[in-house]
Amino acid sequence: MNHRPRPHLSPELLRGLTRRRQRGPLSVPGISRRSTLQAGGVAAAALALSACGVGGQQRDSESVEDYWGGKERTGSLRFGNWPLYMDSERTQLQQFTEATGIEVDYKEDVQEAAQFFGQIQPKLANGDDTGYDLMVLPNGFELAKLIELGYLVQLDHTRLNNYADYAGEVYSNTAYDPGNRYTIPYTSGITGIAYNPDYVDREITSIADLWDPAFEGKVGMMSDAQEIANFGLLYNGVNPADSTLEDWEAAAAALREQRDAGIVRAYYAQDFIQPLTNGDLWMTMAWSGDIYQQNAEEGTNLKFVVPEEGATLWTDCMMIPYTSQAPVDAIELMNFLYEPEIAAGLTEYIAYITPVPYVQEVFREWAAAEGDSERAEALTDMAESSLVFPTEDEYQRLHNFVNLAAEDQEQFASLFHAITQS
Amino acid sequence: MSNRKSTPYVLVLPAWVWLAMFFVVPIGGMLSLSLTTGNVVTGFQQTFEVGNYVEAVGTYWEQIVRSLFYGGCATLLCIVIGYPMAYWIAFRGGAHKSTYLLLILLPFFVSFVLRTISWRFLLADNGVVLGTLKSIGLIPSDAAVLNSSPAVILGLAYNFLPFMVLPIYAVLERMDPRLVEAAHDLYAGRVQAFLRVILPVSLPGVFAGVLMTFIPTSSDYVNSSVLGGTHNTMIGNVIQTQYLVNNNYPIASAITFVLMGLLLAGIFSYARALGTERVMEVHA
Repeated sequence: MNHRPRPHLSPELLRGLTRRRQRGPLSVPGISRRSTLQAGGVAAAALALSACGVGGQQRDSESVEDYWGGKERTGSLRFGNWPLYMDSERTQLQQFTEATGIEVDYKEDVQEAAQFFGQIQPKLANGDDTGYDLMVLPNGFELAKLIELGYLVQLDHTRLNNYADYAGEVYSNTAYDPGNRYTIPYTSGITGIAYNPDYVDREITSIADLWDPAFEGKVGMMSDAQEIANFGLLYNGVNPADSTLEDWEAAAAALREQRDAGIVRAYYAQDFIQPLTNGDLWMTMAWSGDIYQQNAEEGTNLKFVVPEEGATLWTDCMMIPYTSQAPVDAIELMNFLYEPEIAAGLTEYIAYITPVPYVQEVFREWAAAEGDSERAEALTDMAESSLVFPTEDEYQRLHNFVNLAAEDQEQFASLFHAITQS
Repeated sequence: MSNRKSTPYVLVLPAWVWLAMFFVVPIGGMLSLSLTTGNVVTGFQQTFEVGNYVEAVGTYWEQIVRSLFYGGCATLLCIVIGYPMAYWIAFRGGAHKSTYLLLILLPFFVSFVLRTISWRFLLADNGVVLGTLKSIGLIPSDAAVLNSSPAVILGLAYNFLPFMVLPIYAVLERMDPRLVEAAHDLYAGRVQAFLRVILPVSLPGVFAGVLMTFIPTSSDYVNSSVLGGTHNTMIGNVIQTQYLVNNNYPIASAITFVLMGLLLAGIFSYARALGTERVMEVHA
């Protein structure tokens, strides 16, 4: 099924060869193939169908000592991240290679969390290499599933001293991964409303503006079930993190109404910037950093607001899949990205919220050292921007995603996919 | 001599193995999966849950019907645009036939998704086409094409046009020109010659073109997700979401089988209506 050359025999593979496989959707055809070919008849095929299902895929993740004991540097690692999450020169990775000698193969392969999960899940279920030693996913359903399935490596915090020294408090004890057993943040961001003042001639302050018939056919919403659900919930005055089934149904009803009134133009995965810039969209759900970047680089004048009903704060987390071929190199990079100067360089480009609050100081220092240049101005702007460094008050208005177990996720997702996939 | 007898079987063996490995087995696995219940964490148990099919059709009949409709429209559009192209290249292409064919295939050197995304620029509200028409006052200033059914159908037709042009061209190019001369000798006008000689001869090409455009267009999901808006979701998008996003393998497999069944039924009745020998000719 998979013809990739395998660097060495993994214990998972050996186990798979010596024991009847229980995990993985791909093991189903495996069993049915054998029996089908042996019997070679329709009746036998029917029997084979009854014989197999897909076994539970849950595994127990190894303890820190068991996993990390005896693991060594390999000198290279593969890093799967979202597009535009590092400058095109990959400055921070070059600095990492200079400091450690470890080469990084950087891939901008993560376009949509759920879809990415769908790609790696069968491989992880089979105990196969995913092609990534380190990857970045948001604190959503997929992360919950990865943890629940035991697919993530428990982090050895003795190797994360920068993280211990510099990470902000908000990020070090979260509902999605208490105690950061499996993940540490790469960056955080806000999902709020962006609008183009060339077309919208009033100030947008509220989620209710997304339901205003005056903007018929010019409003963009996100296609991700959790993102859009959060806005439906906030529109109804419900805090997403405490929402119940009834709240979801009410939110779905509100979103359906918005769609059927022709207000929504389309549901976007993450490609809302271009239509917002060229006027196809006047207003859309958007991620803070994308708008900041677009304005800084293209000179556009798009506005971003945290609506009065509140907005959501999400965190893209770094994690190591249990089939990683270079976990030591990966955790070294994780730690490296928490050095304030490195984190500052990263934040200067991506313009999202850094988990290292000290970066604000670094920006001010850099700006002072630059003197009177454009860059100094940009750095000062960023240090003052609440999109990059939210204030305490703003953190109060930012809500977390609801945390759900796999069986509740299904109900949640189908409610909201019925809205976006009409 | 027994060696020679077995030669054809040996030659056909790779094809059989290929089909068994990559068609029969996955289809069997998927059929099995479509009858299971469970979720990705607890696993999927074989329960012969026929309800999956009821749920698949009950929930997504709208998207299924829409996909067949979009596929049909795109295919018709391909015939209307593609037939004259093939005709012109075959009969008027002269020495440059292969250049013209290359030009038709040229867009294929660009990724399918990128080609589709470029239509977003083309169809933008203030873009090259609509912006120009608006500025000379031919269409109202709030007119929009992007994120609608026509946008999706146009995208589909554009992306699959070569699959219509090439088979029609192949048939017309092989046609004996003396057939047309004979028609003229028998006092047929240009229209008569086309309708009674050229068109019937080219039908197998059209038939092949229809198969090669209708099947992929009605199961496509890229055009709908890039160019569509609300109420433009095709069944391919639903399968993709159910499989990759929700990890609901049973429902995804069930929808796949429903779609496959519908397409097969459609093709067979189409083949019947046109005569099966044409289906065979297509492969010649």
